[in-house]
Amino acid sequence: MFDVDIWQEIFSTIRKNKLRTFLTGFSVAWGIFMLMVLLGSGNGLSNGVKDQFAQNAVNVMWMWTGETSIPYKGLKEGRPVKFNNQDYNFLTTKEKDIEKVSSKYYLPNNILYAYGKEYGSFETSTCYPALKEMENISINTGRFINDMDLREFRKVVVIGDEIRKALFKEEDPIGKYVKIGGVPFHVIGVSKDMKRQENNRQAYMPFTTAQRIFSGGDRVHMFTVTSRMVQTAEEADTITEKVRTDMAQRHNFDPKDKRAMGSFNMQTEYIRTMKIFQAINLFVWIIGIGTLIAGIVGVSNIMLILVKERTREIGIRKAIGATPLSVIGLVLLESILITTVAGYIGLVMGVGLMELINMGLEQAAAASTGNTDNVFFLNPTVDFKTAVSATLILILSGALAGYLPARKAANVTPIEALRDEN
Amino acid sequence: MISIQNLHKSYVTGNNSLHVLKGLNLEIEEGEFVSIMGSSGSGKSTLLNILGVLDDYDQGNYYLNGKKIWGLNETQAAITRNAMIGFIFQSFNLISFKNAMENVALPLYYQKVNRKKRNLIALEYLDRLGIRDWAHHLPSELSGGQKQRVAIARALISHPKIILADEPTGALDSQTSLEVMEILKEVNDQGITVIIVTHEHDIAALTKKIIRLRDGIIGEVITNGDLQKYRDKVKHE
Repeated sequence: MFDVDIWQEIFSTIRKNKLRTFLTGFSVAWGIFMLMVLLGSGNGLSNGVKDQFAQNAVNVMWMWTGETSIPYKGLKEGRPVKFNNQDYNFLTTKEKDIEKVSSKYYLPNNILYAYGKEYGSFETSTCYPALKEMENISINTGRFINDMDLREFRKVVVIGDEIRKALFKEEDPIGKYVKIGGVPFHVIGVSKDMKRQENNRQAYMPFTTAQRIFSGGDRVHMFTVTSRMVQTAEEADTITEKVRTDMAQRHNFDPKDKRAMGSFNMQTEYIRTMKIFQAINLFVWIIGIGTLIAGIVGVSNIMLILVKERTREIGIRKAIGATPLSVIGLVLLESILITTVAGYIGLVMGVGLMELINMGLEQAAAASTGNTDNVFFLNPTVDFKTAVSATLILILSGALAGYLPARKAANVTPIEALRDEN
Repeated sequence: MISIQNLHKSYVTGNNSLHVLKGLNLEIEEGEFVSIMGSSGSGKSTLLNILGVLDDYDQGNYYLNGKKIWGLNETQAAITRNAMIGFIFQSFNLISFKNAMENVALPLYYQKVNRKKRNLIALEYLDRLGIRDWAHHLPSELSGGQKQRVAIARALISHPKIILADEPTGALDSQTSLEVMEILKEVNDQGITVIIVTHEHDIAALTKKIIRLRDGIIGEVITNGDLQKYRDKVKHE
């Protein structure tokens, strides 16, 4: 395989047939180039959608209440359903498929935030510490809400970076007091979302504190929970239905009544979307391999023509001592060389193009305001494992393409070959 | 060196069978300089192919240097050819994209001699045949005589026991033909058995033994005194 002479033999043949070698190689290079572009694009699309999902934990689920729309057990429709703190206890202790829970109590609209002479109206998310993980909240400075804050009804707040800029300008907000609806809250942290700007206009305060200060009683407007990770969308749906049935039982409404209790299970959507991308990926491989096969058939064809053209030469070689194995080696290695080199050029060009596109996308993202909410094409590159697989496929393809012509060459008898007029 | 008894060879084409060699017997001693003559279809090329282990025979015995040549697979045949036989063809059969030196060195490549060494040996042989200056020229840049010298050098480089030459002067002018025959004579003088197939009487007259094939068997063997008469006859024609 690494005999210098055999490679010199091959290179002298290639030098003799430059155009033909180029055209043969081009078909393989094009095949692998298209495969890389298709795979890169598939990855880009998949990464973009995954990034959208990454705004929250993939197994997050939201539940909220409304009014009943179906009469149930003698109770008429139009009855309001309200979650409460006992539901929180139920979800955390009795619901086996639920891992973490955070309650939310909505503060009055247009609640004013003020620090010194600066003020503004911002959104407030009342929560449990678990929300940080569920909604992938990133803390820039300070800390997030903790269990003690909730237990002791502490008047603490984590403000978004836009709130910090609006109220504190260049001042460090940690340890300062900001008035929320006229009540002073101790700033314990600043959150910063690099991707979604609107999250930076949001503050987080302990759920229990909000309920107590803003007259919430034991009312809960919404639950954010994470459920057990499952493999299929059907399993995720089963969890949703189980929680819905339990809540329906607790609040006396028909489990089928979607207006009494609304829910959205991210895991169901995530699994379904990922299945679609698996199918797209498979489709891309089929198309790519198909294109590659067309290239390989081209190489095989050219190698057959080459063997036919070189029949006399092969005959001469055999007459002076070439064994069938050495002839097979010559043809096979030439085929592998053309396929691998050309394929690798296609591979590098394909990967290079996708890297260029990626670079362009990154520059565009950097130049934008940082809001990537609507970016559905991200990091359209091909990973190392795929590139290695493609390389192995190329070598195998070269061997396949050269096998038949090599066998044909090995079967050439010296007498027939020396009679050949080509 | 060569011992053939009752050799038969037929070619089958469709429903027809052509019996070319019909019980041929032949003995050639080491160091002989033999020409094989015969009319078209007499079987001389078939005999040369069998002698050169390029083709099989149907029946009989063929011993080359004491070894029975029968039922060899392609690899065994290739190794035998490489070790024992040097070929010279009418149309030279040089590889077009290799220069003279590389063509000459090719048999050593199949003996796994490294490139540097085999090229040096090839240059020596080209020197002995008087065409060292043409070592780096492609066959297309050489004259007919030069090409045949390259072919002879290639045939000699692996130290064969026998040189088989199929119409070695067929494509050459008379002067060049004589030069090539002179080289073959020198080769023979070194003890190498030389067998040439030719239809040219003046070329055959330059060898030491003439074997005439007739209808698939040996019709006549001309040696010694008869050979001198043959040479005189050719000279006067």
